[in-house]
Amino acid sequence: MRPLTIQRVFLQCSILVVILFVVVVIALKFGAVPVSLYALGHDLLRVIFGQTSQISSDYGLIVVNIRLPRILLGIIVGACLSVAGASFQALLRNPLADPYVLGVSSGAALGSILALIAEPHLSLSPAFAALLTPMGAFFGAAATITAVYFLGRREGQIDSNTLLLGGVITASFLSAVIMFLMNTLSGNLRGLAFWLEGDLSTPLQKSVYWFLSIGFFVAAGAIYTTAADLNLLLAGEKEAMHLGVDVPRVRLVVYVAASFLTGLAVSVSGAVGYVGLIVPHVMRLIFGSDHRTLLPTAALGGAIAVVGADTLARTVVAPAELAVGAVTAIVGAPLFIYLLRKRLS
Amino acid sequence: MSNGSAVARNPNDAPRASSDARLSVEQVSYAYSANPAQAPLFTLEATSFQAKPGEIVAILGPNASGKSTLLKLIAGELAPLSGRILLDGFVTQSLTPRTRAQRIAVVQQESVLLFPARVWEFVLQGRHSHGRSLRFESADDVLIARNALAQVGAAALSGRWMDQISGGEKQRVILARALAQQPLLLLLDEPTLHLDIAAQVGLLDALRRLAAENRYTVVVVTHELNLAAEYADQVVLMQRGRCLRVGPPASIYQRELLEQVFQTSLAVEFGASGRPRVTVLSGT
Repeated sequence: MRPLTIQRVFLQCSILVVILFVVVVIALKFGAVPVSLYALGHDLLRVIFGQTSQISSDYGLIVVNIRLPRILLGIIVGACLSVAGASFQALLRNPLADPYVLGVSSGAALGSILALIAEPHLSLSPAFAALLTPMGAFFGAAATITAVYFLGRREGQIDSNTLLLGGVITASFLSAVIMFLMNTLSGNLRGLAFWLEGDLSTPLQKSVYWFLSIGFFVAAGAIYTTAADLNLLLAGEKEAMHLGVDVPRVRLVVYVAASFLTGLAVSVSGAVGYVGLIVPHVMRLIFGSDHRTLLPTAALGGAIAVVGADTLARTVVAPAELAVGAVTAIVGAPLFIYLLRKRLS
Repeated sequence: MSNGSAVARNPNDAPRASSDARLSVEQVSYAYSANPAQAPLFTLEATSFQAKPGEIVAILGPNASGKSTLLKLIAGELAPLSGRILLDGFVTQSLTPRTRAQRIAVVQQESVLLFPARVWEFVLQGRHSHGRSLRFESADDVLIARNALAQVGAAALSGRWMDQISGGEKQRVILARALAQQPLLLLLDEPTLHLDIAAQVGLLDALRRLAAENRYTVVVVTHELNLAAEYADQVVLMQRGRCLRVGPPASIYQRELLEQVFQTSLAVEFGASGRPRVTVLSGT
């Protein structure tokens, strides 16, 4: 018997932090304009010591002002989606649950768009107006997962296949509504492709990064307090209750926090698909399915995956760019089919 | 409430058995209806019995007699329509899930795992209610889990995967997880359903030994007349949502009564042990 210890969780996370660092350096180096590692190190040290004014070269400015914010965004989006995916999988007892597959991302996108449409009519202060999109995304995500949850019930029990089918249909329906809205309402809303396939290229205000980071840590932290409960919830709600889990409380915490994480990610990047599916699966294979280690490793793994995918998206067809969602879907969709077939056989 | 305090003030009013009873089921009833406006689809009429530490109680009856409902009420899974269930003087319904799991362990027939787990990981789940909400298992937890596995004779299975052990082994591992909860009360619903005869006897022998050693109160739901006769100290006989009799097997196992409850011809003999033995007379 070797039960999980906090030291082991830290060790596993440190390994992933090192990998994330390497991926970030690669992402900074490669792009339409290549940058030497030496110059990169030099400029990064200047950023760390707050001497940004001394960065003179154009290359340095590209790295600091364009690539670095985009990488930070990728880290947060990947972490949010992976933790949300792992949480939905436990909550719905379905290893194929993922914010994108279940239509939750589309719901969040629709919520964001409705918030963007409503914003000019509400005369809010600028600080509050900036938060309206993520809040709209959160309510869109929460409403969608509620709807999918009830669609997935048969005779009072969650049926895995009905749930997935309900999610896929909901996603397709919501995408159609988004397309309808985007085609009938013109204005300065961000483009259609952004919401439907996911993209990290939109520059954001500095305050939004703070909001995203704090939002992630609060929501992921709330889910982490239920990590041991989620392990038992995998065996079913009745069994978890008999083992001492306060099922309604855990369900509420995880449901709200995972919807919020999806909303955060979608409001700034659109619907990046399959991250919440692939990453928790890979982390389970490597580190085991205990949520006390799965949640933090999935967060780091999600960051690695999205930063890596975005680097590919920026470089494979350079100087043009792919949307990051296209890269994650090319990898994720076949894996989804594989997992589905393996489970059905 | 007033009734309970009156009993406490004047112990002579209460029957002798209640003072040393661990589990006390008092006039518990239940009704299930799909639609509140309609007549209930199923009712459990007021049922009472008591059980002491170390005692095995069998809830016996044919299908749809209400025995599983009674077990769910005791487990706190359902709330009674009237009456109350006391465990060491506490109303089980009002305990939090955590404290209830420290006192009552429910042994499932099956445990379906979504992701693979080792046997020892599964048994450690029984320690969940004894820790804070976010915690890592201590050396004590590991020791208790290891003892629980040893007590059901499954120590050798510790490192195996849950989906690679036999049905009988799995049933013992599920029992070990319940023991790791260190409960006062152990509830089992048809524990022998999927087991062959050797595994059935093995499980029930283990239960009897554990009840005696650890002073558990054990409540088993079963429709197996002979297993109940052999292992139970008390039998609660149920039929169509009614509790017909409560007592030791020797007083319950009367041919006419059992024939009427189980709707078949039976013969009841008493062996040298004093425990009854039932034979089903087919073709009569």
